[in-house]
Amino acid sequence: MLRVPPVGAGFQRTMARMSQPSTTHVGASMPRVDGVAKVTGRARYVDDLDAPGAWHGITVRSTIAHGRLEAIETLDGFAATGAVLVTAADIAAHGGSNEIALIEHDQPALVAVGAPVMHVDEALALVAAPTRAAALAAAKLVVARVVPLPAVLSMADALTANEKLYGDDNIFKKFLIRKGHSDDATFDAVMASAAHIIEGEYDTSPQEQMYIEPQGMLAEWRDGKCFIIGSLQCPYYVHKAIKTLLQCGDDEVVISQAVTGGGFGGKEEYPSMLAAHAALLARKATHPVKMIYDRAEDIAATTKRHPAQIRSRLGVSAEGDIVAIDVDVVMDGGAYLTLSPVVLSRGVLHAAGPYKCATVRVAGRVVATNYPPHGAFRGFGAPQTTFAYERQIQKLARYLGEDGLTTRKRLALRSGDTTSTGQVLTFSVGTDAVLNAIANVAGAAPVRSGVSAKGSTVRRGRGVCFYFHGAGFTGSGEARLAGRAEIALLRDGTFEVRASSTDIGQGAITMFTQICAASLEVDPALVRVIDPSTANVPDSGPTVASRTCMVVGSVVETASRKLKARILEWGASHGMANQTVALCGAAMARAHYGADHAGADIAELVQYQPPPGIAWDDATYSGSAYPVYGWAACLVDVSVDLDTYEVSIDRCVQAIDVGKAINPIIVKGQIEGGTLQSLGWAVLENVIYKDGKVANANMTNCIVPTFADAPDLETILVEVPYPYGPSGAKGVGEIPMDGPAVAVANAVEDALGCSFDSLPISPEAVFASRSRWSFS
Amino acid sequence: MKIEMNVNGAARVVEASPYRRLLDVLREDLRLTGTKEGCGEGECGACTVSLDGETVNSCLVAVAQCHGRTVKTVEGLAAQQGDKEILHAVQTALVRCGGAQCGICTPGIAMCAADIVERELLHDQDLQQARVMVRELLAGNICRCTGYQLIVDAVIEAASEVGLQRRERASRRTP
Repeated sequence: MLRVPPVGAGFQRTMARMSQPSTTHVGASMPRVDGVAKVTGRARYVDDLDAPGAWHGITVRSTIAHGRLEAIETLDGFAATGAVLVTAADIAAHGGSNEIALIEHDQPALVAVGAPVMHVDEALALVAAPTRAAALAAAKLVVARVVPLPAVLSMADALTANEKLYGDDNIFKKFLIRKGHSDDATFDAVMASAAHIIEGEYDTSPQEQMYIEPQGMLAEWRDGKCFIIGSLQCPYYVHKAIKTLLQCGDDEVVISQAVTGGGFGGKEEYPSMLAAHAALLARKATHPVKMIYDRAEDIAATTKRHPAQIRSRLGVSAEGDIVAIDVDVVMDGGAYLTLSPVVLSRGVLHAAGPYKCATVRVAGRVVATNYPPHGAFRGFGAPQTTFAYERQIQKLARYLGEDGLTTRKRLALRSGDTTSTGQVLTFSVGTDAVLNAIANVAGAAPVRSGVSAKGSTVRRGRGVCFYFHGAGFTGSGEARLAGRAEIALLRDGTFEVRASSTDIGQGAITMFTQICAASLEVDPALVRVIDPSTANVPDSGPTVASRTCMVVGSVVETASRKLKARILEWGASHGMANQTVALCGAAMARAHYGADHAGADIAELVQYQPPPGIAWDDATYSGSAYPVYGWAACLVDVSVDLDTYEVSIDRCVQAIDVGKAINPIIVKGQIEGGTLQSLGWAVLENVIYKDGKVANANMTNCIVPTFADAPDLETILVEVPYPYGPSGAKGVGEIPMDGPAVAVANAVEDALGCSFDSLPISPEAVFASRSRWSFS
Repeated sequence: MKIEMNVNGAARVVEASPYRRLLDVLREDLRLTGTKEGCGEGECGACTVSLDGETVNSCLVAVAQCHGRTVKTVEGLAAQQGDKEILHAVQTALVRCGGAQCGICTPGIAMCAADIVERELLHDQDLQQARVMVRELLAGNICRCTGYQLIVDAVIEAASEVGLQRRERASRRTP
């Protein structure tokens, strides 16, 4: 046995006791409701589902970055394989529309003959056969003839617009935020009045989500209807896309979620493409069709985090205050618009940082290139701009000779202050709580010079950062989404939560179970969250934007309370006053659901109501950008190996204000997972493109942190309640991704005495910086 | 080729090409879908099974190599007492400590963790050493959800529990 009992054991036992049924279940670490299914291997992911008679689908893809599709031909022997071939012509032949409906409808499901090929690995044709091997063999007999065109493979080339990929200027979307000034001349005058200007240019790299379950989908046609189940975050996004593709009615397409092995944004928009392909093949093959990407195809063809280039200027007064902030953000959207405008929006809305400043200008552009579309990834534009603003604040602290935490504490936004969009913060501002939490545990800075366990010479450093993350959809997005959820009392006296929010590992179904049980005041064992399918749940909005707990959770809370009131009222009028909700509910169900019951369920359907005072103006990009923000501070200690140039993360502490942790262990798991993705992005993750193609499309070379790369993570949960969240909870999914990368950059700067303004800070980058090292 | 294996305690015979991956034979022929494919190249460890007591990546094992040998998958990790399933200590600890999130890497991690616990590889280590050892021993299994912390917690907890039980049993036998 271990010589020392694990420190966690006592905490775990306390948690186990707390998870026993009690009047309130919120705030207790109830074990995940899907935990046993997952540790025993019983949980069925899409590739595990029984699909008798299913064929296998394969995608024929472009090998060039830009061109025009002249023809798709099959070689001799294709007919003999018995495989079916689907091209864009099959879509039109059935009266469909060749597009993947999202924000704009510019992306085709398959490139049509005569149409432009916009990126490497774009889908040109589809093949299905009874086995995967047969489908792969048949796909080799399909040849696409493409006439190449000049490719646009940098943001700079996109902006010169010599080759036009989108409109006249290759700009998918631009935003401009102005605070405290009306035109550039006024802004320039304020900037010119600054005693000193901190300037910087920052580059962040693309990042692969690397969910461990590759994308997969299973489609089947029965009685003229299309049924699709797969690995996905947003059933109603896929529903909309397939309805548009097939030009059919709401009820003719049913989208269901299988147990999903991670998403992180990577399964937000791309599953619509994969579902479209599976649906088209299944129709032509007249068999169910399964499409499961292998890892190389998944990395090569699906979305990544947008690379970004950010220029920033901080105008500083003689007293060390910020008088003006000027930020210019350019992101690479890739070949189609997809979600890029929204990613850019979140990026620019966070770009000025959580700091006091009366005069702010933020300009943002996202451009079209011939890379595969970049897309949703945890943080959604904010990690890129957070990297830039927290490097800037660190440079300011160094310029002033001030401790980094002191500078941040002095300049940070607090209740009563206004953000860059003029939003007055009135509640749930965790600034002091998170900064104090970090200061309290920081301890002594690491000794600068030393020798590592491996015997190498190392330089050590410490970095901090302070950051925020808007929870929920931007601006009036939540009002527009009008997410709904329903709680039903079933025949057997149990309760059902019906929501389209998916559990992709983040613990949504456990969290909903806890909120529902607590609001109904019943044992969580009486509550079941049903597997989301567009046939049986209302549209709660997508599973994105740190909104599932805060927004949909609050709808679940309201619906549960309404149902409780209705049940108790029924009980009171049926001689059951003062009885529990469970007992009254069981009696009410018996009375309502007769043997031949065919009417409506006893259920409460509730639509999300945004909190009062949320006003947003899209035209001027001003107002309440988000209903509330999460607040966080991070401390990182690093050692830089002066023999191998590797950066090791020795310590990482995150203090994050989550409003209320509905389930502390699940929240901790969310934070630590996001933290390590950010640390990985900082020092070892990267996606390398060569001529527009991903050159490292394997887990061997597209690396992510392993157990051995990760330090023990220290997580401090801070709870400054959000009055409109369930029990005070606000978003937590994305925020931990925003900060650690820049804390690492600040720490490496501290160790080596020179700036690191690009990601990743790989051994190659450290090697290249040698001439700039300055050891004090 | 006819391949005879003991899989999770039962004799199984499959007719398969000798070159097929053990992973595919388990998932497709024996419908043991608890073993997952994450990368197909031995990097992620999601397909980890135990072959004659050694943990292996089943995506890198040709099924011919398994003839006459014993394979244990995640489906065989829990014990069966009548109708009742008794979870392995690592399974219980993974649930209790929050070590499983999306769950796709979990079967592979459970197999490796069970190996660490059963072989008492952490025996006589202090807590800090034990945590470092767990990180080294599990470095072939990638999880993208947890940041690993809660999995390390779970393995440590399972190891101390199993160690404690074994010593209690031993002390009862030799008073």
